[in-house]
Amino acid sequence: MLESILLTIATASTPLLIAAIGELVVERSGVLNLGVEGMMLMGAVIGFGVALTTGNPWLGVLAGIVAGAAFSILFAFLALTLATNQVATGLALTLLGVGASGMIGEAFVGQPGVKLTPIYIPGLTDLPFGRLLFGQDPMFYISLVLVAGVSWFLFRTRAGLTLRSVGDSHTSAHALGIKVIRIRYAAVAFGGACAGLAGAQMSLVYTSQWIENMTAGRGWIALALVVFASWRPTRVLLGAYLFGAITIAQLHVQALSPNDIAVGAGPLWFLSEGGRWLLSVLKSVPAQFLSALPYLATVVVLVLISRNRRLTLINTPACLGRPFVPDR
Amino acid sequence: MGIELAGGPAKEPGLLLDVRGLTKVFGSLIACNHVDLQIAKGEIHALLGENGAGKSTLVKMLFGTLAPNAGEILWNGKQVRIGSPGEARRLGIGMVFQHFSLFEALTAAENIALSLDSTTPISAIAAKAKELSQSYGLPLDPGSLVGDLSVGERQRIEIIRCLLQEPDLIILDEPTSVLTPQEADKLFETLERLRGEGKSILYISHRLEEVQRICDRATVLRHGKVVAHCNPRQETAGSLARMMVGGDVHEVHREHPDHVEGAPLIEIRNLSQAPKGPFSMPLKDISLTVRAGEVVGIAGVAGNGQGEFFDAVSGEAVQADPATVRIRSIDAGTLGITGRRLLGAGFVPEERLGHGAVPGMKLSDNMLLARHRSDAKAFLGGGALGFIRRDAIEATTKRVVEEMDVRKSAEDPEASALSGGNLQKFIIGRELDRKPSVLVVNQPTWGVDAGAAARIRQALIDLTRSGSAVIVISQDLDELFEIADRIAVMAHGEMSQTIPIQGATREKIGLLMGGADTGAH
Amino acid sequence: MRLELAKRPQHSKLFSALSPFIAFVLTVIAGAVLFALLGKSPGAALYAYFITPLTDLWSLHELAIKAAPLILIGVGLAVCYLSNNWNIGAEGQFVMGAVVGAMLPILYPGLQQSPLALPVMLLMGALGGAAYAAIPAFLKARFNTNEILTSLMLVYVAQLFLDWLVRGPWRDPAAMNFPQAPRFTGYAVLPELLPASGRANIGILFALVAAVLLWVLLTRTKKGFEIRVIGMSPRAGRFAGFSTRGAIFFSFLLSGALAGLAGISEVSGAIGRLQPSISPGYGFAAIIVAFLGRLNPLGIVAAGVVLALTYLGGEVAQIEVGVSDKVVRAFQGLLLFFVLACDTLIHYRIRFVPSERPAAVLPEAKSDA
Repeated sequence: MLESILLTIATASTPLLIAAIGELVVERSGVLNLGVEGMMLMGAVIGFGVALTTGNPWLGVLAGIVAGAAFSILFAFLALTLATNQVATGLALTLLGVGASGMIGEAFVGQPGVKLTPIYIPGLTDLPFGRLLFGQDPMFYISLVLVAGVSWFLFRTRAGLTLRSVGDSHTSAHALGIKVIRIRYAAVAFGGACAGLAGAQMSLVYTSQWIENMTAGRGWIALALVVFASWRPTRVLLGAYLFGAITIAQLHVQALSPNDIAVGAGPLWFLSEGGRWLLSVLKSVPAQFLSALPYLATVVVLVLISRNRRLTLINTPACLGRPFVPDR
Repeated sequence: MGIELAGGPAKEPGLLLDVRGLTKVFGSLIACNHVDLQIAKGEIHALLGENGAGKSTLVKMLFGTLAPNAGEILWNGKQVRIGSPGEARRLGIGMVFQHFSLFEALTAAENIALSLDSTTPISAIAAKAKELSQSYGLPLDPGSLVGDLSVGERQRIEIIRCLLQEPDLIILDEPTSVLTPQEADKLFETLERLRGEGKSILYISHRLEEVQRICDRATVLRHGKVVAHCNPRQETAGSLARMMVGGDVHEVHREHPDHVEGAPLIEIRNLSQAPKGPFSMPLKDISLTVRAGEVVGIAGVAGNGQGEFFDAVSGEAVQADPATVRIRSIDAGTLGITGRRLLGAGFVPEERLGHGAVPGMKLSDNMLLARHRSDAKAFLGGGALGFIRRDAIEATTKRVVEEMDVRKSAEDPEASALSGGNLQKFIIGRELDRKPSVLVVNQPTWGVDAGAAARIRQALIDLTRSGSAVIVISQDLDELFEIADRIAVMAHGEMSQTIPIQGATREKIGLLMGGADTGAH
Repeated sequence: MRLELAKRPQHSKLFSALSPFIAFVLTVIAGAVLFALLGKSPGAALYAYFITPLTDLWSLHELAIKAAPLILIGVGLAVCYLSNNWNIGAEGQFVMGAVVGAMLPILYPGLQQSPLALPVMLLMGALGGAAYAAIPAFLKARFNTNEILTSLMLVYVAQLFLDWLVRGPWRDPAAMNFPQAPRFTGYAVLPELLPASGRANIGILFALVAAVLLWVLLTRTKKGFEIRVIGMSPRAGRFAGFSTRGAIFFSFLLSGALAGLAGISEVSGAIGRLQPSISPGYGFAAIIVAFLGRLNPLGIVAAGVVLALTYLGGEVAQIEVGVSDKVVRAFQGLLLFFVLACDTLIHYRIRFVPSERPAAVLPEAKSDA
């Protein structure tokens, strides 16, 4: 019981984690792309469609990545080459993504999807709680590798240093001969690829079907996670799992019976009694209120993190959202 | 006089850099017009010129951030095309920027690493930087965050970063503008030592005294053209100034009274303030009284709390105790900038675009910006609705433009379309037109050409003659010596006692700027 | 080929006026390509989108019904965006306005017989929307919390709240098990303009009045000047003595109130009752309206009509040409993209330059290294 709950938490957290880690790289380069929701939806619908037509979920994953990256280049062209307002352009990308994915996905509604299967390692997976470590879907492992990889890249490599420098001061970087726009294009494309991958995870692992607007604000929550994490990869991991847990908790409250609590708590009588009481309270709360929890939690978390203004100021990439036009 | 006329440079052997006919055009503006420049090995070569003469444009072309439209660059006698700063560095050209090209959120070592093309690990770079800094007497902690450092320390990072590339030519853009006189002396020692090692230096400045002191030869630019090649030591400051400006420089006329007996118009008592942001200065127990009829100058190296002081005096940052700031003997500490203006104060901030004026708005709108309350009767109608009376505002704008001789290309252009000097004349004129009892000006002539600067300084002095009190915050000591009756110095958020101009010397002020003896009061 | 921007010394008046039209033409062209790719006749589809809805009186009424909320919300958002406050939660404020306004007819059905019912409902709707917008405004002013994310999160919360109301406490017992609140009656219904020819209601008048008033406010008064200064240059705004926090509250409360007014007008007019979904994304489409109208209230009136046309045209095209109505949203997103791209022309000249020569052409540069 507990194991399966933890597994669903991991599955619910993974898209948030992947999308947020991608956006983190984008923002570290000084670009604010509010189009995460739209890019996720494009990744989800294209990934689903390709997997459905080819029957190969891995091709779907790949297509989702390519779709997200390609879609993000639209944003990059406007925000970087044409120096448009990044907030407005990101909104436009999301609005376009919502519309375009709905249009593309119309034929897929109600179709049974192709599911990316969890890995299975004989022996290890069968251990108690073995599925948590050795029996999850590949996207789970990819997301963790991404966090470690981005962390290493940003703080341990020269290229990562260059990317951070562009986010800190594009004028200084330009004066030193660093290709500001080129680096930002790459960062935006990486963020797009991650968002596309996160979307593909949702339509190939999490729900394994296409539903219009299926990301339901996760792209926005991912954006909030980056702020919550103060632009640090490991804190994104923490935040994503916090939100995954909230999402799953509210779903499970509706499905749990008091008996499940007793089983879960085992011999710990007080846990079981406390759990039963909590459950009865939660069950009396309307489902809509529970569904609103992740959104309200996002607001609360944002307030808590922004209260410390000094901390936010130190961590925010100084050029975040500011267009750059080199003089020639 | 040893002046070679521009246009016919002789071909010399042993030239490190030979620039011929370099031209750069921005739209309708010719920023550099067939510029010739020769730098020999082991010389310190001055590039002289006013703001807007084309010095920065020329240097950017030499360092590969701008591409020339015409002309050629010879390096060690071979023609080269410098397409990027990376190529410039590979040739052996290093650059110390005026507005530092540093990253505040990164450490000194990371900053240095970013300009080196190699893949040397950062720890090795830090070690090398430390070694080099010790050998040149430029102390530096590679692990410190640049945002926490003073401007002098930042310049050291720039210089070390440049030296680590082992350049043959080092370009320094206005390096002393952010230094105390003592720090500048140290810099000159370093430069002379580098010359001794056979390196060439291109020294960009508009400070004639420095150029005469350390430079072997000079190239003078005016309006994008080379007007002279000369040996600065054979020139007088006056002759160099005439070459730069193209005529006689307007001298500011004033006589310093022995002591001012006017009424105190602005009094600041024990002003303290915590730092507002991660990289900003606190203000520590500042007291200052300025009387009718005098100019008090506030000297100091940039970033020692002058901006914070200006905000606190102007009311952009208000105080808890009303008596901290008194304007015309009325407690104003808790009043915002509008309330202080209504008491008769006027303010001119350092940043013209985006603080003193909205870049994308017309001059008439920018007139309304600072005077919507003080001139509400004339500029607004309709009572609480506040309808804007364009005709009245435009008439006032026109008056100020004529009074201050603001040159502009259109009837009512956007602020960003004006040159720095003309916009500054407008912003100062906007306040003078109100005849303020108190005027607080931060860096009145920063980045302004000599003609406009002289006009602005004269206008400030004329204002005190009519019985007002003026506070001028400036990094430019020459300016303060020219117009101030008393000078105080800010260092690390503290302000020294004022020194009457008769008893002030550059050395004394310089020591205070360096932070010595700040707790004088 | 590479594209370069060169800053204009002053913004171009020509392109300020032209850019929305260029954007619209580009969107139409892109739409034609899209329809061709979908295997439909571009001519017929575009005709269905942009011409057919204008050809009969009934659909002009429908156009007014759809344009009203878009304009109302759009002019409010313009004030927000001009002051650099990114309220993107108008959809939520629309919903909360509808909910608060609907309290009167639902909780006190008897009051619907009073002629005061409608004004009170409209006022409550505006207050509801304003109060909901006050949340992100307060959080931004007090804690510096990112208003983009908070205002958007509150959209989902508002939608779930409405869903709960109409499925729970406010469900009409007479509606079998349909999730909907009771139908408004009597004076609680927004009057129709010309009942003889169609169902357009006075909502469009609210929109037009709001647009004119805000145009005067923004272009003729000190308050409008203050809004623009703070938006263009917050530091200069502080120098002028304008309150940044004041502008946050002013713009959010104003746009929230207008969105709330649009919300209550929609349910008391076009829909007639509360139901789980009361908006086809007006709150988001209004963002496009605001930008297409170049944040000028009079421009927004025209832009609102254009966006309303895409909604109506989508319905027509679905019936007549067999294009999915999902295309509408994609179309609208594309329009915003082109608008933003064309706005670049206002501040920059665009030049195409040949690609940089590769460094290898210059061996001299390397040999000395």
